[in-house]
Amino acid sequence: MKKKGNVVRYNKWGYIFLIPFVMVYVVFQLIPMVTTVYNSFFENYMSGLSQVGPNFVGIENYRKLFSSGDIWVYGKNTLIMWLMCFIPQIFLSLLLGAWFSDVRLRLRGSRFFKTVMYLPNLIMASAFAMLFFALFSEGGPINSLLMQIGIIDTPYKFLSNTWSTRGLVAFMNLLMWFGNTTILLMAGMMGLDTELFEAAEVDGATSTQVFWRITLPLLRPILVYVVITSLIGGLQLFDVPQILTNGTGDPMRDSMTLIMFLNKHLYSKNYGMAGALSVILLLVTGILSLIVFKVTGNDKRKG
Amino acid sequence: MKKKLISSLLCATMVAAALAGCGTGAVDSDDVKTSDGADTTVKESTTGSASEENTAENTSTEEGKVLNIYCWNEEFKTRITDHYPGYEEVDGTTGKIGDVTVKWTITPSDDNAYQNNLDAALLKQADAPADEKIDIFLVEADYALKYVNTDYTLAVIDDIGLTEDELANQYQYTKDIVTDSDGVLKGVSWQGCPGAMFYNRAAAKEVLGTDDPAEIQKYVSDWDTFNKTAATMKEAGYSMISSVNDTYRVYSNNVTSQWVVDGKINIDENLMKWVTDSKKLVDAGEAATYELWGDDWKKGFYPEGNVFGYFGPAWFINFSMAADTEGSIGYDGGWGAVEGPQGFFWGGTWICGATGTDNVTLVNDIMRQMTTNENILTEIVVDDDDFVNSKPAMENMAADTSYSSQILGGQNPLAMYCAGADKIDLSNLSAYDQGCNEEFQNAMKNYFEGNTDLDGALELFYKAVVEKYPELTY
Repeated sequence: MKKKGNVVRYNKWGYIFLIPFVMVYVVFQLIPMVTTVYNSFFENYMSGLSQVGPNFVGIENYRKLFSSGDIWVYGKNTLIMWLMCFIPQIFLSLLLGAWFSDVRLRLRGSRFFKTVMYLPNLIMASAFAMLFFALFSEGGPINSLLMQIGIIDTPYKFLSNTWSTRGLVAFMNLLMWFGNTTILLMAGMMGLDTELFEAAEVDGATSTQVFWRITLPLLRPILVYVVITSLIGGLQLFDVPQILTNGTGDPMRDSMTLIMFLNKHLYSKNYGMAGALSVILLLVTGILSLIVFKVTGNDKRKG
Repeated sequence: MKKKLISSLLCATMVAAALAGCGTGAVDSDDVKTSDGADTTVKESTTGSASEENTAENTSTEEGKVLNIYCWNEEFKTRITDHYPGYEEVDGTTGKIGDVTVKWTITPSDDNAYQNNLDAALLKQADAPADEKIDIFLVEADYALKYVNTDYTLAVIDDIGLTEDELANQYQYTKDIVTDSDGVLKGVSWQGCPGAMFYNRAAAKEVLGTDDPAEIQKYVSDWDTFNKTAATMKEAGYSMISSVNDTYRVYSNNVTSQWVVDGKINIDENLMKWVTDSKKLVDAGEAATYELWGDDWKKGFYPEGNVFGYFGPAWFINFSMAADTEGSIGYDGGWGAVEGPQGFFWGGTWICGATGTDNVTLVNDIMRQMTTNENILTEIVVDDDDFVNSKPAMENMAADTSYSSQILGGQNPLAMYCAGADKIDLSNLSAYDQGCNEEFQNAMKNYFEGNTDLDGALELFYKAVVEKYPELTY
């Protein structure tokens, strides 16, 4: 009887210790989120120094977003750049992860390489973008190098062509994030039961067979997690293309992402339109997160 | 017992941390509303006197003790420190004039930060305590009308008390920029920034056979001859200008209609002329599409850049063209200056008095001393190499044969600047200029580079402007 009372008393402390987090969460996350949804139903912006609105307009902001077609175009750009970054990234990470976690290969210095691969992620994205902007400018080192080797004879305008711009954005994101993905996959691979690999070895399976028949199927939950979190991150792609194209999304806004579009509305402090766009992104991200939750949750129940 | 002690200690820390956050918040909001609570003793006296002043303002001339100045860089502060009589510097952001404390609020212009900060402060101006009210703020030409066309700025003549006679010597264009839609002057400037075209003397000699400014002017006297010369330059291996954005300002200063007419976006003929002319230049390889201030654009500051000319005002050639770097054209005095096809200006800072100021007399005196006192203005020319906003002062300097510019190979360009300043007509400014000019150049770059046709670029321009100014249509 007395013991039960104690448990209840200790539980109470749990809740009390949660208070700081909940307070910070409510003030900085929940309230802004709810007001964003609320604001998205209003016409509310600044014209110079005079405030227009807030006037309730219902779903007018959403209608405008979809009817102009902009959201599809920028959504498409975002996805294209994400795919261009993610497909090579997952191959590279799987390969590196398989090598480093392979017990038979016994690669040395894996800790060192893990650190090195992760390093690009520590550079600020904007600094990284500035660096690439300078490297790939018309008079920049890459152009003079290519001209000296004799591949081209006039400077190539990397940032004035759709696919080279998108390619650069994707390449920079690849460099920044492949280390992170590799570490996640490696962790997943090392968590796999070694008995299975030993059994495969005894049965005379080749390493390709081991990879496709054992590693990959067992790795599926981690893979799904990596795909979805990368997709969520990809949807919020902003800093690299923003700095690289000076906010214009040039050429012809082909490299403009959804968040860059959102940022465009901040000039006039257009809370209505920006709010509507944020809500749409919130819904998409929410659905994706739910998938992750489902997949990883299922896995636990089975395991 | 020990466990209990630790847990209660932890709890205390947590509660303290949690309450510290909302604690300051509570004090802050109290502070604004009623000024009671912790700092009563400190605040009481100032708010007391401030509210007295507010009521007394109409009847007596009792002035505030703090002068708040909002600006985006050190320039005006340096001018005041060096030239305003009786200004004493206290530290980086404060100074003293008599017993009035001058408080500088400096926010850089990057990413619109200056305007965002100023807007927020102005919107709260009516409720702010007297000592926190903005007294003076500075504006640039691109967005001057955004502030001038509102009640947040004071009329220079009616409210602040300068007279028309005092302002008679200032260049007309500097007044056009800060005149509101009812024709009321709302700001003054100590600078003029009329521009000229700078040409590479060596290239001129090689291609055109002369580097005499009077002769060169004949080759660039209007846009058609300018473009013809561009073709000649191209044959000799020079690009006429570094980037087509160089000439944008020259075209856009000479428009005959505003960016926005009755809430509709309107593109002036002269700007469309910039588009057609520039497209030809880019297609023929006579100019590039670099953004201003980028490394590619700056190549022409050096002989190996092979650029014939740049457009700019006095500050541009004096401070921005790498004239102090060995090997640059400016270092060897290799530039010449001509008027170019059309007059234009670039830059400049205007002083505006904020509505609600409690230091009208001081604002008046600063404006009078800094923008109309000819002695001070001449001092600024001599000390700081600035082009000041006073016709007589500048014309005297222009006639002075002992004054010559080393960067320009011994030429005295002031007469040319003076003539240019007189010709500038800026009656067609609108409050939307900053956003429209920026987006127009961005959009047209796509057309010049062949990523879209003209209609596509215009469509992109309209879209971008409506994002910035949702109230406009096209």
